[in-house]
Amino acid sequence: MMNMAMVTNIVIAGVGGQGVILASDLLSEAAFIAGLDVKKAEVHGMSQRGGSVNSDIRFGQQVWSPMIPDGTADFLLVLEPTQGDPNRHRLSPSGTEIVPAVMDGVQLPHPRTLNVAMLGVLSRHLDLPMDVWTAAMNALIPARILDMNHTAFATGRSIGERTSGHA
Amino acid sequence: MTDNPLERLLLTGNEALAHAARKAGIRLGSGYPGTPSTEVLQTLDAIGGKAQWSPNEKVAMEVAIGVAFAGARALVTMKHVGLNVAADPLFTVAETGVDGALVVLVADDPGMASSQNEQDSRRYAVAAGIPLIEPSDSQETYDFFGHAVAISERWGIPVLFRMTTRVSHSKSIVRAGALVCEPPRKPSFRRDIPGRVMIPAYARPAHRRLRQKLEQIAAWNESGPLNKILPGTSETGIVAAGIAMMHAREAAPDAPLFKVGMSHPLPVEAIRSFAAPLKRCVVIEEGDPIMVDTCRAAGLTVEGKPEPFRFGELNVNRVLRILNHDTSPETAPPPGRPPQLCPGCPHRTVFEILHKLDCIVSGDIGCYTLGVLPPFQAMDTCVCMGASIGVGLGLRHALPPEQARRVVSVIGDSTFVHSGITGIAEMLYNPPETGHVVLILDNHTTAMTGLQDHPGTGRTLDGEPAHTLFFEDMLRGMGVPDIQVLDAQADPTVFEKLLTERLQRGTLSVIITRKPCLLAARKQRQADPGG
Repeated sequence: MMNMAMVTNIVIAGVGGQGVILASDLLSEAAFIAGLDVKKAEVHGMSQRGGSVNSDIRFGQQVWSPMIPDGTADFLLVLEPTQGDPNRHRLSPSGTEIVPAVMDGVQLPHPRTLNVAMLGVLSRHLDLPMDVWTAAMNALIPARILDMNHTAFATGRSIGERTSGHA
Repeated sequence: MTDNPLERLLLTGNEALAHAARKAGIRLGSGYPGTPSTEVLQTLDAIGGKAQWSPNEKVAMEVAIGVAFAGARALVTMKHVGLNVAADPLFTVAETGVDGALVVLVADDPGMASSQNEQDSRRYAVAAGIPLIEPSDSQETYDFFGHAVAISERWGIPVLFRMTTRVSHSKSIVRAGALVCEPPRKPSFRRDIPGRVMIPAYARPAHRRLRQKLEQIAAWNESGPLNKILPGTSETGIVAAGIAMMHAREAAPDAPLFKVGMSHPLPVEAIRSFAAPLKRCVVIEEGDPIMVDTCRAAGLTVEGKPEPFRFGELNVNRVLRILNHDTSPETAPPPGRPPQLCPGCPHRTVFEILHKLDCIVSGDIGCYTLGVLPPFQAMDTCVCMGASIGVGLGLRHALPPEQARRVVSVIGDSTFVHSGITGIAEMLYNPPETGHVVLILDNHTTAMTGLQDHPGTGRTLDGEPAHTLFFEDMLRGMGVPDIQVLDAQADPTVFEKLLTERLQRGTLSVIITRKPCLLAARKQRQADPGG
């Protein structure tokens, strides 16, 4: 498939209310600010009612379909422990799954910043510079909760530093 | 900001459409919320355009027709099932034509992430005889909207602008440049009685005029700017439109691809020339076999897709299967967690009691449709917006009395305004022998689609105060003999007693259970912190 090697595919999975959509907006915004082609797909609708919510984010030189083909995701970012199993088939055999257990025992500024902290973990695995993450957060997160989200992201990023094989 | 032609934006298809509508000088956007179309009007309002929610899609369409009759530019938005509601005015405005522009956005939901059916709305363009434009991503949504306006004004014809979930809700990059349409004209009334008053004597020539316009548009579209050929070296070529084109290009990057942007009238001769040198030409389309049937009827040798691929969304892997003639069973994805009524949702009490009383529940469309799922399982029918009342009455007319007395119609507030009021008129006019009970679950918002206002909430789309439609006053005015209003969540035993008693009584009752949606109340507090 054309350019597949140059496209990074990431699935974020969680349940309604966890901020899956914000996390995927931040990730796609970061890639967008970095000047890459970006597509992102998810299903809204019933998602607010506590059901499963996933988002596909793809970025690189040129992205065609907004949906990641099964078995080709480079990363599966799981925000809620039960959502790993239903989404593991999305992951490529060489892909990396990042589960919320990496945050066990870690102090977050607020429980609801888990989405951004997990994004911080993921960020250590990606070739996006820190300044595009900062710019994405500044662009999309309301001012009154911005500081705590920067803190959560930094916390996650420092954990990602320890867990990421390459960085 | 959008005045900079090179401005680069990351937008959903719905947002891109709103930006184009603003740029094109759309005078008014009207619509009714429906996933996946809802965000178009909300974005249009947020970026400074004028947008408003109508009680239902038919009214929204009629308002848009009036705007376009005035010589201005109109956008009306709805989901696929909404187009069924608006079909009556659509078919006739196709024949009257318009002075300004009328762009009808319909957003289909293949795979039914949030809908009650999987209809393919492209058939409406064929049936009504109007042009059909299908963008593949946000950039095309933005650019094609300008073409839709230009076509609508050039031929004086409504244009169906069809998107799907993956175009409406996917984000991709948009360079918000100039649109092809001219600056909008100043609205002014032009009297044209034979053109706009569709009595049979005037409608007969109008039908002929419509088919003549369509013939001209078909000729124009053969070499029109909305279709293009992406080159490729393989001997198998692909014809595709909408999101399916993106999947197809990724699945088979070497295949020459005829990318259809205006799929009705289909540029059949251009496709014929494209297909001629190919060994094999496959039409990849989500949903019904519409383009492929049209090509075949014109004598082209093209392949379609096997029947299993009519259902659900396409994706890269499914396109590969179609190209490889692979109809081996597809593995169903593991089930995720289903949605449910929120903890503390006022609907919960109602469905617990309906379940406990073993009611036969004629249900409706909204969050409360989730009352069908465990632990409640308290919904027995759900067909379309407003159907709870008519279907409930029909059940009452036909069932033996001991069963008929258990029938309750359950409808939400926004759905009631949308198309429940005529059901009440029917109930009063043709009352069943056992009477009837209608429950209006009034949570003061259109919750399922993301908390939109409606004529009963007292606020407009942009949150400004508006006239409030009081249901009990309206029902009293219609002559409903018994109207009860209570908060079932606050008084479950009172509600249970009331419902039991009204079911036994055999008369006509409307019970309004009123408690604002928790999410709507929170949103309102954030919007109005002083209040």
